[in-house]
Amino acid sequence: MSQVFILVDHAGGHITKATSELALFGKRIGEVTALIFSNESSPLLEELTTMAVDRAVVIEGINFDSYSAAPVARIVANLISEKSPSAFLVSSTVKGKEVAARAAVLTNSGLITDAIDLTSELVATQSIFGGSTTVHSQVTHGCAIVTLRSNSIEVEATTSNPVVETVVVSVDSLDPSALLDQVISLEATVSGGRPELTEAAIVVSGGRGTNGDFTPVEALADSLGAAVGASRAATDAGWYPHSHQVGQTGKTVSPQLYLACGISGAIQHRAGMQTSKMIIAVNKDAEAPIFDLVDFGVVGDLFAVLPQATAGILSKKS
Amino acid sequence: MKIAVCVKQVPDSWAEKKMAGGLLDRASVDAVLNDLDEYAVEEALRLVETHSPTGASGEGSGHSITIISMGPDRATEAIRKALSMGADDAILISDPALSGSDALATSLVLAAVIGAKDFDLILCGTESTDARMSVIPAMLAQRLGFAQLTFAGSISVVPETSQITIARMTDVGVENMKAKLPAVVSVIEKINEPRYPSFKGIMASKKKTIEVKTLSDLGIDPATVGMSAAWSEVKDAQARPPRAAGVKVVDDGNGGNALVNFLVEKRVI
Ligand SMILES: Cc1cc2nc3c(=O)[nH]c(=O)nc-3n(C[C@H](O)[C@H](O)[C@H](O)COP(=O)(O)OP(=O)(O)OC[C@H]3O[C@@H](n4cnc5c(N)ncnc54)[C@H](O)[C@@H]3O)c2cc1C
Ligand SMILES: Nc1ncnc2c1ncn2[C@@H]1O[C@H](COP(=O)(O)O)[C@@H](O)[C@H]1O
Repeated sequence: MSQVFILVDHAGGHITKATSELALFGKRIGEVTALIFSNESSPLLEELTTMAVDRAVVIEGINFDSYSAAPVARIVANLISEKSPSAFLVSSTVKGKEVAARAAVLTNSGLITDAIDLTSELVATQSIFGGSTTVHSQVTHGCAIVTLRSNSIEVEATTSNPVVETVVVSVDSLDPSALLDQVISLEATVSGGRPELTEAAIVVSGGRGTNGDFTPVEALADSLGAAVGASRAATDAGWYPHSHQVGQTGKTVSPQLYLACGISGAIQHRAGMQTSKMIIAVNKDAEAPIFDLVDFGVVGDLFAVLPQATAGILSKKS
Repeated sequence: MKIAVCVKQVPDSWAEKKMAGGLLDRASVDAVLNDLDEYAVEEALRLVETHSPTGASGEGSGHSITIISMGPDRATEAIRKALSMGADDAILISDPALSGSDALATSLVLAAVIGAKDFDLILCGTESTDARMSVIPAMLAQRLGFAQLTFAGSISVVPETSQITIARMTDVGVENMKAKLPAVVSVIEKINEPRYPSFKGIMASKKKTIEVKTLSDLGIDPATVGMSAAWSEVKDAQARPPRAAGVKVVDDGNGGNALVNFLVEKRVI
């Protein structure tokens, strides 16, 4: 039976939803081995039993958060050479893509990034040019290394009882070239208790039209249990953190519902949200290009429309 | 400091793009310098302005900025723009056998050029707006055995100790990172505001050297690059059907309520 490796993405002691998606894609192909890089793996192993995995390999002994993708990639490459899995699946985060890129170089394998689907025959689907074109492609050499965008597959509840193996590594056992860069400190963005942008079912974004006041955007998001996004105009102005930027140079989101408030819909913004299942816009300008994409649009002032919508949603829910 | 800046010529990111024969149809759109690489060029210029006693690079200053690009001959137009901003010289790797190269082949070629010289710092954009893979910087660091400092929102270098620190802007927040040079650094678009080439800069760029290299100059076997050697293959590409036009209402004092009704109708709430 075909073997598949998946890289477990975790933060704050929790495995991301995107990782459960990797497991489901992996299951289509064969037996799934989850690679967990962590010195505190017990809560992660606990969560792993709700995902479709057959085995887990825990790699510990180095604080992997203190380095770039290099040491993880080196160890993954060694495991790929040892076990020859047919595929290695990673979620399309900044660091995930870097691990994938380096592992591809180290193992002479083909690489496909930002796939939104993957078949049992390892044919990947990508949505390119800002969602205007769909491409099917396949790795033809080595292990198929594929990074997958989150929200690409419906997560079903499951239980598993993976066989766990622990590998202890040390800084001395690694090639020094894998440890050239170090993290000195991390200033994590505070989520404010909202869902993670790329994993959220609903995203409410604000742009230049908020004029710096995200209160109505956040209130609407909270009434819907949504994540908050921002256009580049809003993050450039310092109104919202860069880690919330949606678009070409921000995150790509593909939620069930995307609400663009005071956002014109420039091509670079569309590149990050065009594959959303449903799109709603609120904009003062009836000619704004964002209206070309919408399922529902309100031409109006967001400072009037959003609070009314928020109140309406809250009263429907109570 | 000897700085290399990797730049790519790409179809204008403001234009609609199409596919032709499994590859991007480059003939149908204007080719420009990848917007995101302009920030890397600008950052190189600023680092030299900070660290060179004369504020400039070039002969005798101990500082240089070399533009490196792999692409067709017409990529010289994009390179010229980087030179007119103030870079000193350029190397273009152009060879018919390179057409259709994947990221692995591209990084192989770029690493061969960079590794043959002793650069202290390799600057890149975070992604090319056509391929959008965002993997070349990590691949270069891997191939060259250099430190990898990617997604930098700010950079500072202490040339005396060869120490470089960056603030890395990622999914999770800001990571402050350090390394010793040489390093591969990619910069995000918030790091600076790229300058417009001055008239003087444009005139001066016409006299700057663009060294054109082929695969045989680099000792690379043409069979290891290009479309036939790509380790992933495009099976098909289709234009997505345009979205059906939706409903648009003008707010008459009830726009918010109309939005709520739509959400109810679609069973979102
Ligand atoms: C290389 C590159 C990368 C880029 N990457 C990104 C990216 O990742 N993400 C991104 O978003 N952009 C990106 N951009 C920028 C992009 O081109 C646009 O400049 C940006 O998206 C505009 O943001 P905006 O829609 O908020 O602002 P604007 O275009 O200024 O639009 C503001 C809108 O708000 C409306 N408005 C104003 N007041 C109100 C009100 N009270 N109520 C309702 N509506 C109101 C206006 O009618 C207008 O349509 C990039 C650009 C480049 C060159
Ligand atoms: N053909 C190329 N020539 C020179 N630099 C490149 C080339 N392709 C990519 N790069 C560099 O690598 C960065 C990331 O590109 P990519 O991984 O293709 O998204 C770009 O911003 C450039 O700095």
